[in-house]
Amino acid sequence: MNHWLIMPIVLPAVLGPLLIMLGRIDHVLARILSLAGCVALIAISVGLLQQADSGPQTYALSAWVAPFGILLVLDRLSAVMLVLTAVLATVVLLYAMAGWDRRGRHFHALYQFQLMGINGAFLTGDFFNLFVFFEILLIASYGLMVHGGGADRLRAGVQYVIVNLVGSTLFLIAVGLIYSVTGTLNMADLALKVPQVSSDDLALLQVGALLLLLVFGVKAALVPVHFWLPDTYAQAPAPTAALFAILTKVGAYCILRLYVLAFGAQAGASAWLAQEWLLPAAMVSLTLGLVGVLAAKRLGQLASFSVIGSMGTVLTAIALFTPTATAAALYYMLHSTLAAAALFLLTDLVRERRGHHSDALTVAPVFAHRSLLAAAFFVAAIAMAGLPPLSGFLGKLLILQSAWPTPYAFDVYLALLSTALLGIIGFVRAGSTLFWKSTAQQGRIEAEGVSHSVLPWVAVGLLLSGIVALTVGAGGVHDYLSQTAQQLYQPQLYINAVLFPQGGQ
Amino acid sequence: MEALVASAVGVLTAAGIYLLLRGRTFPVVLGLALLSYATNIFLFAIGRLKINQAPILSDTALGYTDPLPQALVLTAIVISFAMTAVIVVMSLRSYLESGSDHVDGAQQNKEEA
Repeated sequence: MNHWLIMPIVLPAVLGPLLIMLGRIDHVLARILSLAGCVALIAISVGLLQQADSGPQTYALSAWVAPFGILLVLDRLSAVMLVLTAVLATVVLLYAMAGWDRRGRHFHALYQFQLMGINGAFLTGDFFNLFVFFEILLIASYGLMVHGGGADRLRAGVQYVIVNLVGSTLFLIAVGLIYSVTGTLNMADLALKVPQVSSDDLALLQVGALLLLLVFGVKAALVPVHFWLPDTYAQAPAPTAALFAILTKVGAYCILRLYVLAFGAQAGASAWLAQEWLLPAAMVSLTLGLVGVLAAKRLGQLASFSVIGSMGTVLTAIALFTPTATAAALYYMLHSTLAAAALFLLTDLVRERRGHHSDALTVAPVFAHRSLLAAAFFVAAIAMAGLPPLSGFLGKLLILQSAWPTPYAFDVYLALLSTALLGIIGFVRAGSTLFWKSTAQQGRIEAEGVSHSVLPWVAVGLLLSGIVALTVGAGGVHDYLSQTAQQLYQPQLYINAVLFPQGGQ
Repeated sequence: MEALVASAVGVLTAAGIYLLLRGRTFPVVLGLALLSYATNIFLFAIGRLKINQAPILSDTALGYTDPLPQALVLTAIVISFAMTAVIVVMSLRSYLESGSDHVDGAQQNKEEA
């Protein structure tokens, strides 16, 4: 058995408790260890990415065979998500090391537990295990969300916890409903059982499956269950908000995994169950997100609503449920994760330099590093709004191209193109208010306590160069993601790897 | 027995949702707890309701009850217990820092205005 498969879960699980103890004694050592862990995660996940080329691989915990034991499954999709997580986590940790990690206790330990939960959710092949990893990543995210404290942040934190606890309850009910009619918790086994469900039990199964869609929708900030996101992300500490850019993608990943594998082409009466709900909801999310970008009064809000908008774009493409659209969705997902993280980090840099003006979108005098921040914001805004030449434009182009042969072409074109205009206006307004109009004002803001560390700039630079790299290497990346989508739309490969490792069906 | 279990789940869920929609954190926490009780009973029932049956395979047993839901319920109980502890601590911290126990901080704003 290939033990590397479980390393993305074991490594942070071991580092976390160590960091709890080390954090009390020596914070420099804790930082180094935490960063080393993240860098090691990049190496491991890139290694796993190469192994995933030879088809889905499984790791049976305690050597219990499927469908009785819990399995981890690595395929191209989960490997891509692991690499994205590790890269984002490393860069964001660099940013946090400039000072955020010292504003409360146990930042690094919580950070590692968060990574453990995220990696577990990407790797597991079992529903109930997915629930457990969701809880791990959530409980760590509660800690990270209120890191540093403050009344506003705690209020937003309490709301975030309540929404997610209700989500977890719904998750359990959905899992229960599905188990009660199929008798399995293994995703591959479920794919085999779903077509066999009798017509009497069909309603129960579909209610369960759609409740699960709602739960993943809460994670992915899908309208109408997106309302927790703007306040949470805007109030969260900057490194947390940037890392949370991957949390919404966990929801998108689960939708893609479950509704292609178990409720896809071979599901009989439940085939493509999610599509008719997901597509309209995703397009409304897209519209609402970009209207929010236009209406935002603070830069943090603007970044949060742009996350909802980008999730709407990703889910619209996913909801088409074709291999080419999924490849486009994955490309856009990689891009929007980096762009959103960059926006949140930039918001924090602006906030700390503008004194009492904070990140409000009002005209205020010139502040420190204005031109450098303006240039970085310019690049991030171009990426997020989807203008040429950066990867946001390529991603949207790929989605439009893949939507053309489908019956939903008109709706998708209308939604994507009209909201693109809203996004551009929103970002232009924010940029000119913050950076350009400030030169006409008298005086200069001298904020206190501005960090002189070079690390935040390195982190933002790395994220922006990641976007540039995605643009330059778009051909290669898209080829790989097309193969990923092809693998995803051959559920038999996944099912055989999990249930019939010796050959068989 | 079916009617009893089903109505217990229904009543707990209804009470839980009612409390969840209240404005202050304490009823909301109670509502979350009731909802998790409802879920736990519901999970028990997903393996079908059976009395005096063995959960372990044996040659002499005449029938079986599904052991998996019981294991799931254990996990769910532990997790919901931990989560209730987290939300209690966070609501307390939020109350102490802001002086308002409203979920949306409404009272605090009213006093300021």
